[in-house]
Amino acid sequence: MMKEILTVANKEFHDGLRNRWLISITVIFAVLSIGLTYFGAAASGTVGMVSLSTTVASLASLAVFLIPLIALLLSYDSFVGEQESGTLLLLLTYPLSKTQLLLGKFLGQGSIIALATLLGFGASAVLLFVQTSNTDIITTFGMFIMSAILLGLSFTAIAYTISLVVSEKSKAAGFALIIWFLFALAFDLALLALLVSVDQGISQQGLTQLMMLNPADIFRLINLAGLDNSDVNGALAIAIKSSLSQGQLISIMIVWVIAPLVIANLIFKKKNI
Amino acid sequence: MTSSTLVSLQNVSKQYKKLNVLNSVDMHLNEGEVLGLFGHNGAGKTTMMKLILGVISPNIGRVSVMGVAPDSKEAWYMRAKMGYLPENVSFYEQLTGLEVLTYFAKLKGFNKEHAIKLLEQVGVDHAMKRQVKTYSKGMRQRLGLAQAFIGQPKLLLLDEPTVGLDPIATADFYKTVDQLKTQGTSVILCSHVLPGVEQHIDRALILSAGNVLAMGTLAELRQQANLPVVINHTGLNGCVRDDSKLSPFMTQHPSILHVPEHEKLETLRHLLAYEYLDDLHVESANLEQVYQHYLANHSADKATLKANGKGTK
Repeated sequence: MMKEILTVANKEFHDGLRNRWLISITVIFAVLSIGLTYFGAAASGTVGMVSLSTTVASLASLAVFLIPLIALLLSYDSFVGEQESGTLLLLLTYPLSKTQLLLGKFLGQGSIIALATLLGFGASAVLLFVQTSNTDIITTFGMFIMSAILLGLSFTAIAYTISLVVSEKSKAAGFALIIWFLFALAFDLALLALLVSVDQGISQQGLTQLMMLNPADIFRLINLAGLDNSDVNGALAIAIKSSLSQGQLISIMIVWVIAPLVIANLIFKKKNI
Repeated sequence: MTSSTLVSLQNVSKQYKKLNVLNSVDMHLNEGEVLGLFGHNGAGKTTMMKLILGVISPNIGRVSVMGVAPDSKEAWYMRAKMGYLPENVSFYEQLTGLEVLTYFAKLKGFNKEHAIKLLEQVGVDHAMKRQVKTYSKGMRQRLGLAQAFIGQPKLLLLDEPTVGLDPIATADFYKTVDQLKTQGTSVILCSHVLPGVEQHIDRALILSAGNVLAMGTLAELRQQANLPVVINHTGLNGCVRDDSKLSPFMTQHPSILHVPEHEKLETLRHLLAYEYLDDLHVESANLEQVYQHYLANHSADKATLKANGKGTK
């Protein structure tokens, strides 16, 4: 049972290495995080380090766009691509269940995203720690990296759902772009609009609940929670004051990984190849 | 049905949405038997293979492979004993031939050495360290065949196996099929390329628009179709016309006779009695003609059916 999953995962992971996905994502994340860590204060006219929470906050606000985009790009053609080339049909005649194939792919591509996030963002954490020996760095960056990995995995699972719903690769690419736009950009704008336009205003509770519908926003909440109000503005500032703990937020994030995977599996089971 | 029946389809129908792809199909395949599956594009050949592979389930009827329904959970163990070559499969382009085959071998519980042996068998071992995207069409097809041969399957389903193969590779392929057959492997061979197939199949099944038009050995089909033997003679000139035994078989072309199968030998003897006969060429109806005959018959039936239908309205 497990052997088949590992065989598929191994192949997908090596594909990620071969296509230079792992190295590219790692480099992008590393450059981004080291740049922001050391030159984060450049905007205010000085070169040097800013506070740890500000660094993580600016990293998070960039990562929230990048990570979903990268995860969707990496995985959108995972099934529809194999369907077009005929290998999906062939694989299904093997002693390999649809669930095993799905989990194998998720394990392989998920490892690429997770490893790239760990190495890329971990690099600047290690650099910072070596220079300052501040143990806060480990916990703050640890939380940041963990939530970033979950964000990546969530969008990998969402990409699988897309890949299994459509029957053409180009459609999958279009869908992936729309999903990214909705979750990373449009959702927040809509929330803001709602906040401004509704007369009575929606309650803080209601706003936070709405934000749980978007894994990107949960990621933001996790990483901005430690900040002073002065650093954040907009809808987030209100939501941050909500009562959800980090543990609860992480759990909801995990639900956002598992739920799309379960949905993808159900769609796969019903799919005519 | 004997105990050595490996595959059987009983009254199987399959629909996609409203479209009937297979109409109450009955067929069976014995151990060590090679069945040729013939039909136009869209006749239902691939659907039939998918049903046998258990990738899809029939709407009506029963499919049984090695005693179990291939789409059931119990069929799991026997999937490793089936080999399938899909039509138009393009393998992972960026992987090498060896990597592709090792991946598929591992999924069936075999190792890299097994993959290398198969690549040697189909003759792509010289290119196994190269990426598949550099392969020619023939090499890709051989790689696909190697994939189908993983684990010495008991049942092979090959969809257009010789497309893209040169004549030598085609001969090699049929040699392998004959070899597997002697080892007890059953083969279902789907093909458009009719010449060359007939020596290698035990029985043929002709499908059209989801219906089985004919199934049997080539000799049986020939007999059913009642196609004449074509005798091409030279040197007799006009005397055939005057010979009361030969003249009924004459065609528009004076040197070609169409003789029913059962009168073949008698006619030949009669022809040989002419001392100024220069040459004789005897040809029984080949698979292609048998195939054409059944298809033409079928469409003629349909035409009359349609005409009758209109008449009663």
